[in-house]
Amino acid sequence: MKIVVLIKQVPDTTDVRIDPETNTLVREGVPSIVNPFDMYAIEEALKIREEAGDGTVTIMSMGPPQVETSLREAIALGADDAILLSDRAFAGSDTWSTSYTLAAGIRKLGVPDVILCGKQAIDGDTAQVGPGVAQFLDVPQVTCVKKLEIADGKARAERMLEDGHDVLTVSLPAVFTVVKELNEPRLPSLKGKMKAKKAEITVWGQDDLEVDPAELGLDGSPTRVIRIFAPEPRASGTVFEGEIDETVESLAKELVSILTGEA
Amino acid sequence: MSSTLTEKEAAGSRLTEEQQMLKELCAQIAREKILPVRAEYDETGDFPWDVVKVMADSDIYGVYIPEEYGGFGGGVTEMCIATEELSKVCGGIALAFAASALGAYPILLFGNDEQKAKYLPPIAAGEKLAAFGLTEANAGSDAGAIETRAELQGDEYVLNGTKQWITNGGEAEIYTVIARTKKGTGIRGISAFIVEKGTPGFDFGKKENKMGIRGSATRELIFQDVHVPKENLLGREGMGFIVAMRTFDKSRPGVAAQALGIAEGAFDEAVKYARHREQFGQPVASFQGLQFMLADMATQIEAARALVYEAARMVDSGEKDIGKISAMAKVFASDVAMKVTTDAVQVMGGYGYMKEYPVEKMMRDAKITQIYEGTNQIQRSIIASSIIKESAAKEKRGK
Repeated sequence: MKIVVLIKQVPDTTDVRIDPETNTLVREGVPSIVNPFDMYAIEEALKIREEAGDGTVTIMSMGPPQVETSLREAIALGADDAILLSDRAFAGSDTWSTSYTLAAGIRKLGVPDVILCGKQAIDGDTAQVGPGVAQFLDVPQVTCVKKLEIADGKARAERMLEDGHDVLTVSLPAVFTVVKELNEPRLPSLKGKMKAKKAEITVWGQDDLEVDPAELGLDGSPTRVIRIFAPEPRASGTVFEGEIDETVESLAKELVSILTGEA
Repeated sequence: MSSTLTEKEAAGSRLTEEQQMLKELCAQIAREKILPVRAEYDETGDFPWDVVKVMADSDIYGVYIPEEYGGFGGGVTEMCIATEELSKVCGGIALAFAASALGAYPILLFGNDEQKAKYLPPIAAGEKLAAFGLTEANAGSDAGAIETRAELQGDEYVLNGTKQWITNGGEAEIYTVIARTKKGTGIRGISAFIVEKGTPGFDFGKKENKMGIRGSATRELIFQDVHVPKENLLGREGMGFIVAMRTFDKSRPGVAAQALGIAEGAFDEAVKYARHREQFGQPVASFQGLQFMLADMATQIEAARALVYEAARMVDSGEKDIGKISAMAKVFASDVAMKVTTDAVQVMGGYGYMKEYPVEKMMRDAKITQIYEGTNQIQRSIIASSIIKESAAKEKRGK
């Protein structure tokens, strides 16, 4: 059983700051973590390997050299090895070129049985890279997976919906993007941390991949970010309290005054 | 969770890269797996098997056990680092680790190759917990008064008697037990044995209802004609007292580290509270009365830390006379823990006294560190007899 987990390094904050000049995330002073949804993908990969009794879990990410720390974190959890796709030419990629580049990395590695990733990253929140990779590799995909069973070259996946779930059976290889209901990620072990410290992280650049340079990085990205801004926080609502009759009356008056524009 | 040292200061500390790794991992376990459950275990007094599983999977149980027995190959320093970090969040749950070390040390120190090969790997893996049984109803500090008997009958020792207040009692699988092999000979007539849970006649008393460290199990060990194979004797007959004392020399820095961790946890809560709590229109941390309390607490903690890790370093260096420094670390750090946790409750006032905040629990947890593994009065006796001996020896050499 060969498994690849795609992860992204993200800033460890919900209070994201944007540089108004460059329209990119301010990374200074913000510690980096593995995208939390990807932690569930790593855990699931390790569980699949454990249940299968053999196999390999390879972690892959695209990003600047500092992403290595996140890859080592995944190895500390029990992954076998890690590959970083890193090149100046990849900089500024949108979800299209990111998916394209990751798919090329997976192809070079040899398409595995299972590809896992978090349903979305907590910084960009697009949820597009997982499905994009599946499209570029031309393999089935199931998004928002909350339960996954692998047997006889097939997968049975439960896809979470707002009001229930679908059950899908797909042939392998396939891409699964996962939600937090899937499992509970383990903590690293000391032996894992020792192994991670010594591990060699493979780095592949543009020349290592079979790619069309026109599809890479900022130039290969069909989308352009014109402006990023934090929206004004929504004003909190008014709560009407008291006896039901009085409450309804004051609510009605308030509504009338809003609708008619009269104070 | 911050400690009294900043990240930058910690980076400049004398920890090796491996020790730093261990510290971070234990802090992560404490933060993610112990913090959410500590109040519940304190309330129910149940045994934290879920946390034990996490610690086992993370290789924590093997930190002080040699690599050849499946451990991490560290020493007392590593044991202290783990105990301190876990105790910052819960001194009770931390004992599920530290008390197993207390039970394992007699085997580590006095076990023969077969005994080590049989018992240490499952302890290192956290598959089995260990416990140490010395105290009885009429024998605690006075180990010479031990009444539990072990009589040699053919190839087996037959144990009869009752041990009390045994940490991890009932939960552990492997027990090192001190019992009398020769009547009326005080400390020279006691011996140490390895006894496995499940041995016929080996039973447990009810779980004690304690003031603090309630997430830790404390029970009686009851021996009624328990047949233990002769090969489970640790060292030789009559060595029981030596086994116990050498074990305590190694384990007391661990109690000191537990006390240190509890103090740090309480201190962090107190500082945070003092910064946020406003009275008379300003944070209470701006009042000198509280500032001086906090400054003293922080200073005591740093002094305790220095002594704990100096003791651990000396123990690990293989130095012979470690009884005094171990006792000093234990007595000092546990007194600091009691003082700092009491002051933390004081700093937080009425809130500190309430169970919604963790410091009242930390104050209850701190108390035991002044009592067990030798009361602080016994520790002072050890220190005093040691310095008197040293002085006499100096005089003899004509200095």
